[in-house]
Amino acid sequence: MSVKVYETLTVECETGNYHTFCPISCVSWLYQKIEDSFFLVVGTKTCGYFLQNALGVMIFAEPRYAMAELEEGDISAQLNDYEGLKRLCIQIKKDRDPSVIIWIGTCTTEIIKMDLEGMAPKLEWEIGIPILVARANGLDYAFTQGEDTVLAAMAHRCPEPELFVRERKFTIQKQNYFAFHSIKKHELGEYANSPSLVLFGSLPSNVASQLNLELKRQSIKVSGWLPAQRYTDLPSLGDGVYVCGVNPFLSRTATTLIRRKKCELIGAPFPIGPDGTRAWIEKICPVFGVETQGLEEREERIWESLKDYLDLVRGKSVFFMGDNLLEVSLARFLIRCGMIVHEIGIPYMDKRYQAAELLLLQDTCIKMCVPIPRIVEKPDNSNQIQRIRELQPDLAITGMAHANPLEARGISTKWSVEFTFAQIHGFANARDVLELVTRPLRRQKNLEDLGRTTLVIKKNKFKMSQ
Amino acid sequence: MKLAYWMYAGPAHIGTLRVASSFKNVHAIMHAPLGDDYFNVMRSMLERERDFTAASSSIVDRHVLAHGSQERVVDNILRKDKEEHPDLIILTPTCTSSILQEDLQNFVYRASIISDSNVIFADVDHYQVNEIQAADRTLEQVVRYYLDRLDRCYRQEKLDQFLTNAPSVNIIGIFTLGFHNQHDCRELRRLLRDLDIGINQIIPEGGSVEDLKNLPKAWFNLIPYREVGLMTAMYLNKEYGMPYISTAPMGAVDMAEWIRQIQKNVNTLTLSSSIKRVDYEHYIDGQTRFVSQAAWFSRSIDCQNLTGKETVVFGDATHAASITKILAREMGIRVSCSGTYCKHDAEWFKEQIQGFCDEILITDDHAEVGDMIAQMEPFAIFGTQMERHIGKRLDIPCGVISAPVHIQNFPLGYRPFLGYEGTNQIADLVYNSFALGMEDHLLDIFGGHDTKEVITKSLSTDTGLIWNPESRLELSKIPRFVREKVKINTEKLARQKGIETITVEVMYAAKEAFNS
Repeated sequence: MSVKVYETLTVECETGNYHTFCPISCVSWLYQKIEDSFFLVVGTKTCGYFLQNALGVMIFAEPRYAMAELEEGDISAQLNDYEGLKRLCIQIKKDRDPSVIIWIGTCTTEIIKMDLEGMAPKLEWEIGIPILVARANGLDYAFTQGEDTVLAAMAHRCPEPELFVRERKFTIQKQNYFAFHSIKKHELGEYANSPSLVLFGSLPSNVASQLNLELKRQSIKVSGWLPAQRYTDLPSLGDGVYVCGVNPFLSRTATTLIRRKKCELIGAPFPIGPDGTRAWIEKICPVFGVETQGLEEREERIWESLKDYLDLVRGKSVFFMGDNLLEVSLARFLIRCGMIVHEIGIPYMDKRYQAAELLLLQDTCIKMCVPIPRIVEKPDNSNQIQRIRELQPDLAITGMAHANPLEARGISTKWSVEFTFAQIHGFANARDVLELVTRPLRRQKNLEDLGRTTLVIKKNKFKMSQ
Repeated sequence: MKLAYWMYAGPAHIGTLRVASSFKNVHAIMHAPLGDDYFNVMRSMLERERDFTAASSSIVDRHVLAHGSQERVVDNILRKDKEEHPDLIILTPTCTSSILQEDLQNFVYRASIISDSNVIFADVDHYQVNEIQAADRTLEQVVRYYLDRLDRCYRQEKLDQFLTNAPSVNIIGIFTLGFHNQHDCRELRRLLRDLDIGINQIIPEGGSVEDLKNLPKAWFNLIPYREVGLMTAMYLNKEYGMPYISTAPMGAVDMAEWIRQIQKNVNTLTLSSSIKRVDYEHYIDGQTRFVSQAAWFSRSIDCQNLTGKETVVFGDATHAASITKILAREMGIRVSCSGTYCKHDAEWFKEQIQGFCDEILITDDHAEVGDMIAQMEPFAIFGTQMERHIGKRLDIPCGVISAPVHIQNFPLGYRPFLGYEGTNQIADLVYNSFALGMEDHLLDIFGGHDTKEVITKSLSTDTGLIWNPESRLELSKIPRFVREKVKINTEKLARQKGIETITVEVMYAAKEAFNS
């Protein structure tokens, strides 16, 4: 198999036989993010066993998620879906009293065509708790796209901007008038923008406040996040509200915000790595008529502080097998760090939503004088392993199914899921990305004198390095 | 529809995959949507497997929903056949794809005509059986597939010469992701060597399907765990008249019983041959009294202190029953309640532990087990990872004796549960669980350890720095294990810069400053 080198950006497509997590895994980070939510995954034992194994110990901390486990009677429609879900939701309401219940539709509910969207409003009215439906199934989506389906569903529940309503309210609610007025005055002094900016994407609250702060430095106020820390604090969305994504896998949410909520999308690269963060801010600022201040110096300082790690990664090669859609942004950052990227595997490529990111990738390649890596959508793991064998990259970023076998064949690996859970956004967290990327390289350095890199029996046909 | 947070046994296809990937050169193909291949993750992580797990998916997506799999499954089978040349390919549906009711059997038939590998369709009902039952069935199916192909007459005629000259056995049911299976297997090998009995085959772990035709050469079969292997043993018994021993050689008493059964079987079969009869009594006596420390441990004053202490046992049928018997019969510990999640084997379980415990619990609902433990307030629990977590919450020590388990239950060191070394391991496990509980209890009475908290790590005491409410809130959101460090660094930066009030900005400035 020959390894092609591209001068322009092209996206290939393979068979789609690749390993990734099921999109229902998004409940693991979303239930922690949205503190007053409850996630009910309507699926089979297979789904439950996946969550239980993938999420490890989290399951024992009284999680705010559960399975509605479908049994044979549900599949063959001998039992009434509506009554079943009602019984479970009433129990959840009684035990946990959440502000919202999110039903996660799975492959099984798709196949048996369970009408979750139809049942939710009825049940919502009956039990008095908002019920959202997200079809995060493995038939259509991969891993992080699960969050995309949930946020897209949630966008519909965001209130309309109160701007005009508020004006009217002034006369009615006199007692609030002064309080509100004083805040507004205070804000006007500090921030430049008048239209509101809502950022979408679930980030740990620390990282969200870091990004808020970053924009605040440029006198831009973030008026809300989708999702917020609590369901009851969802941001106002509507005509004239600007939105910007922080993660590359949120294309459905972006589409929903544009088409259904009439928001303006700011297409920007994603704030991953100092280059990405700077480009992200630079795309946002002009929209609000703000000239950026001190960004270049700030980026420079961050690069300066990364020097010890950059020395480690420079000239090293990376292969992304692809499973979480963060790949393009990470590859772009790593190329800027001086690494050579052989291949960017990615489950799904939305060229429109990722346009600015792809452009930045192209520019970065030109700037760093390296060919543009091949981007492989819906990769084939088995072909990829052949390519890894030929290329012998210094680092393969891959799922857990392949990590140990590759390590045993002398290929250093980094588990890709860690990038989803680690804090990688903004200037301050660039170091955390490199911490992850260099860990296998540093480990290898520590152990290299032992001469035991290949730990499989040699006659094996998968034999790789010597 | 039922509300579920946790399950003891996984879905059926996991069982099939465990059997398939334990055999050498067998490839499993799942007919499954994207993401259902996390079995590969489990095997690679828990077993720390060096090789790529021989399981892949024929992906079910929207196209399959609309048009059916068409050529896709057959193509995937043929591709694996070409790429890896396995001896056998097993096609298995998952919960989801089994609802599609595609004629997978037909795909298998078509593929098997063209491919060099044998191809079979895992014959398990995903809504009727769980992981354990499916593993049992799949193993039987594979064995049956290879043995039924032998000509019937050939079988009848050759049966006599078929047996090995010296006594030999098959060990059936050792496989991947099994609880301490690898260690148990090594211990059984050692035991059988001591008894001068050859091992004909061990399946499925490391076995080759091409060798399965030689299974009937063994004199009899050993089934260490009744969950997986029993169906195969019964099949071999029916078709080839092979006797089997399904006692688990766990604990000194059952060990002796197990060896005596072996002795009986060997002696029955040697009647007609010239090999002399065996007598293992001397061996049993020596091992029990001196090699295994467990018998001595039961006499020692350590164990005396455990007399009448209350425990709860829960796990799969084999381990829960054996541990219950060991605790009650060999250590004089009181088992207040013993239970299993193997509902399909409840009758056998009840019969086994009759008289060794006060109550029996058969359930696969972890909440029910949790409630029972909370009610009983035992001194120690012996259960699965789930019970360990229940124990943590209730402050009761727990020894893990059965699957489902975490990575820490796949130890690198030698930890069998079976055999004489197993009795030592179990004694340690039991004693450590109690001793820890006891120590904790005494500490409680005497007011705890000297002091639990580190008084101060920073040399600076309150320096007059003020954390404003937002930064204090932000600090509280930082994970506990790094919080102190963040606090110290932030205050350090504030002092350097002469800042008096710490804001969120200062915190993140400090993060950047001290990161490098």
